Amino acid sequence: MTKQQANWSPYDNNGGSCVAIAGADYCVIAADTRMSTGYNILTREYSKICKLADKCVMASSGFQADVKALQKQLAARHLIYQHQHNKQMSCPAMAQLLSNTLYYKRFFPYYSFNVLGGLDNEGKGCVFTYDAVGSYEKVGYSSQGSGSTLITPFLDNQLKSPSPLLLPAQDAVTPLGEAEAIDLIKTVFASASERDIYTGDKIEIVVVNADGIRREYMELRKD
Amino acid sequence: MFRNQYDTDVTTWSPAGRLFQVEYAMEAVKQGSAAIGLRSKTHIVLGCVNKANSELSSHQKKIFKVDDHIGVAIAGLTADGRVLSRYMRNECINYSFTYESPLPVGRLVVQLADKAQVCTQRSWKRPYGVGLLVAGLDESGAHLYYNCPSGNYFEYQAFAIGSRSQAAKTYLERRFKNFSDSSRDNLVKDALMAIRETLQGETLKSSICTVAVVGVGEPFHILDQETVQQMIDAFEIVGEQEGPAAEPDAAAAAAAGQEAAAADQGGSTEEGVAPMDI
Repeated sequence: MTKQQANWSPYDNNGGSCVAIAGADYCVIAADTRMSTGYNILTREYSKICKLADKCVMASSGFQADVKALQKQLAARHLIYQHQHNKQMSCPAMAQLLSNTLYYKRFFPYYSFNVLGGLDNEGKGCVFTYDAVGSYEKVGYSSQGSGSTLITPFLDNQLKSPSPLLLPAQDAVTPLGEAEAIDLIKTVFASASERDIYTGDKIEIVVVNADGIRREYMELRKD
Repeated sequence: MFRNQYDTDVTTWSPAGRLFQVEYAMEAVKQGSAAIGLRSKTHIVLGCVNKANSELSSHQKKIFKVDDHIGVAIAGLTADGRVLSRYMRNECINYSFTYESPLPVGRLVVQLADKAQVCTQRSWKRPYGVGLLVAGLDESGAHLYYNCPSGNYFEYQAFAIGSRSQAAKTYLERRFKNFSDSSRDNLVKDALMAIRETLQGETLKSSICTVAVVGVGEPFHILDQETVQQMIDAFEIVGEQEGPAAEPDAAAAAAAGQEAAAADQGGSTEEGVAPMDI
């Protein structure tokens, strides 16, 4: 008598990669715009990036239906916070909220691999990286999704973030300027598109700094 | 109203078919400081008088943002009003979440009215002691509703509730026919004039009143003190004792074109010719 197997799965993987890099006074969050299922492309122009608060942006890859549901949840919770506190949520506060929201569904998780980026209360760039059930860490840079195995080693090489175990505590944010960080993102996605079939079409780059939030796009390989 | 043997429980009818506890709740609204609302085709303005317990304390918050397209001004037991605002905010958030579109105002006021009605038919509850002026914009246009502790609600072109609201209502009744096509700024001006009516002699300044606006292309927000003071100064709306204020040229020309208020203008000299154009 063999164990009964499920004849369908509630999850699907829509592929794609996300990256975020924190700078001294800015944060860059980027994701490709391809949405796939299996070996097919569903659309070339899907945004995986969501603005959660004035200085807080999230990029998520994985199962986009779960990502959408997660984004709506966070948006609603943010509204409630604004009504109660009369101000926007800070990036570290949103980071904790995201972690709690993910763990809430520990036993039927959101199939969503997130990177949260923005400015902290002092205006310094910060990036938080998550797993599907809410384990998170503040880091200087991060990548998630189907291309992450190709992207992360390259970022490690270029950004050389110090270990959080070091004493005295060293800044995780990169000394790179905003323009150089964006260039690095473009390079990294161009390389990932070469070998990862789920990454390509276009990159959506969002930059958060003291002036606000701005968006750029770059074309990638369509194959 | 006098005490009688039918007014102890909300679930006791009087022989004349009245629920006295509900009527007493409506009295509580009349005791609260004034709140007014008026609307045009595209904008709604809410205003209220700020009452502080003493010079040392801050004043009660009487205008609440419920959603980008809905706001509410309250009069009466402000604690009840705060609780109902929280309920309204929740309803808006839940509706937005499910339908990805803003909650129509008419639906919200019905839900609010039903909630109030429940408290008039349970022996272990008491009616909410607060009247709400709900201002909202939706696909069918600009709306202003008044929700009563009794569970009734009515739609208005303009309305005033709370203490000395009759003075404001008289003012609004004189002018309401012009509101529909009023510009946003004139609507705010009218609101300030109406608030001034309830002050009965006290000087109108931005520290004793709060004004909020919602309209097409303008999410609900409370105007900050400087803006309100500027508008008071610009339209020279000060205490009643001031003689006919020096009018801006435009107002003088426009005043001549005013039909509805023309008859009154001849008689009244206290505020002078109201600097309303339209």
